Amino acid sequence: MLKVRYSEVHVIEYSQSLAVIGSKHEEICLFFEPDDFYIAIKDLENERKGGVAVARGWTVTKIDARNKKVILEDGTEIEYDKCLLATGNQSKNTLTFETSSLEIGNKILLFRNIDDFQKLYKIINDGAKSLVIIGNNLLGSELAYALSKNKVKVTQIFSDEGNLWKILPKYLSLWTTENIRSQGVEIISNVDIQTASLSTDKKHIELTVNTKNANNENINTILADYIILVDDSVSNTALADTSNLEIDQNLGGFVVNDELLVHSDLYAAGDCISYYDPLLGRRRFQHHDHAINSGRLAGENMTGAQKSYLHQPMFWSEIGPHIVFEAIGMVDSSLPTVAVYALSNNEADNKNKIESDKTDVNTENKKQHSNIGVTLLKEGEDYTKGVIFYLRNNLIVGILLWNVFNRTTLARQVLKEQKQFQDLNEVAKLFNIHSE
Amino acid sequence: MSYCRKDGKDTIIFVTKEDHDVPSSIQLPEPERPAGIILPDGSINWNCPCLGGMATGPCGIEFREAFSCFHYSKADPKGSDCLDSFSSMQECMKKYPTLYASHSKDLEDGKYLDEEDEELEKEENNFHKDVLKNQQQK
Repeated sequence: MLKVRYSEVHVIEYSQSLAVIGSKHEEICLFFEPDDFYIAIKDLENERKGGVAVARGWTVTKIDARNKKVILEDGTEIEYDKCLLATGNQSKNTLTFETSSLEIGNKILLFRNIDDFQKLYKIINDGAKSLVIIGNNLLGSELAYALSKNKVKVTQIFSDEGNLWKILPKYLSLWTTENIRSQGVEIISNVDIQTASLSTDKKHIELTVNTKNANNENINTILADYIILVDDSVSNTALADTSNLEIDQNLGGFVVNDELLVHSDLYAAGDCISYYDPLLGRRRFQHHDHAINSGRLAGENMTGAQKSYLHQPMFWSEIGPHIVFEAIGMVDSSLPTVAVYALSNNEADNKNKIESDKTDVNTENKKQHSNIGVTLLKEGEDYTKGVIFYLRNNLIVGILLWNVFNRTTLARQVLKEQKQFQDLNEVAKLFNIHSE
Repeated sequence: MSYCRKDGKDTIIFVTKEDHDVPSSIQLPEPERPAGIILPDGSINWNCPCLGGMATGPCGIEFREAFSCFHYSKADPKGSDCLDSFSSMQECMKKYPTLYASHSKDLEDGKYLDEEDEELEKEENNFHKDVLKNQQQK
């Protein structure tokens, strides 16, 4: 059985059916609602009680928001009273190909949805021996770890210095990379991919990568059976162009207000929106919990609730036994962070002096070890568990719960305070990081 | 003993258990209790996750009618004036076994509720007893 953990849901494939394992290890329906929940489109108009029908296999080419019409690719017009845009994200191909032959295309998998998962499952069942994962988001790192447990040689390649570079502070990102390496994934960081081409025997795909920031240009070649592209995704907002809807020029996504409104009677929810969070300002959030809660709120507002989107969405990830975390708010590594980690008694015995600023560690040392976060660790120290505060103007705007669990309610409370805490260690105490 | 250092813009603090055994000087306001099945004004909260989606879907209307009838019933015994709405709900659910099979099982078990919400538990268990009674009568 192939077990792939990715992006909030853990998907397990049984012989035919797919099931999702939730965060509490419960098995839930892969679909938001089973088929029977929906009624047939032809019955919709005559059904006294109303209902939900899904028209599959159509593409919407335009929304005429002024006249409240949705226009399909064949010109069909559907009138609406209220409309919700929930177009989500799709993966993007950032790889440049040396040739555009079909054969090479067959060896590259853009990975994002269930179909992609099933293709990958088949690739592994068919005996692939080596896979290269290109990308450094949650999905890429989770997938790299999970696949390495399936008797496949897995190499993860990205241009950042460490895993989850956009989420974790530098030292923790580097620590994470070392940890995933120790679990059996080969990680090639800090490189740019130059070309992808078919090997001469046409059985493999050949990547040339260029190590960044090196004094000497260092080009390496990597061979693999398949390449899985898990690069950052892009929102499906093409409708904005044809429909004259506003896209956030900085963050991307349909611009909505705190009630998730795009235009009178037109709403948007989920991955594809840039929304106004009354607590933290304009932002995006592209994870499952946000999809559920923003969708629900949009639905309520479409039926007259007029509520602000006040839910602070969370995401979680699990990358092997030592890296499990939950995150609330703006968890962005470009922000300054203050992290408080648990030191066990033994570690404390080894350590009884206050360490001062270590940023002046000699630069030569930095060059030798790309993994500064790891080499800086003193004996007995480890980032085993803790809480990380992300700050903007000295206010906590994001909280990462690192290997500590069931504290999201507390994290939401702390975020909601939006006041300047004198001592973040006092805030950290609330999280009881030493207990289970 | 706890100590702290900087890595560029990032601060790293290591703390011992003993350090953190001293209570925090920060007191947060009481968390808002998530709304239960009955809102403060006495009305029914159809958004309550404790309803397990029963209030939506193809039998959502029947469920709401039966549940409302029961909740506001002044009859003795409570809900005895709701037999019609109970049976419409049952009829509807029978048409969707894949959606409501587990619900029927939970009905038999006399629970499908968030056990933390005593108020709901009381209300719902009574509701279920009545539904079951109604089923048996038929």
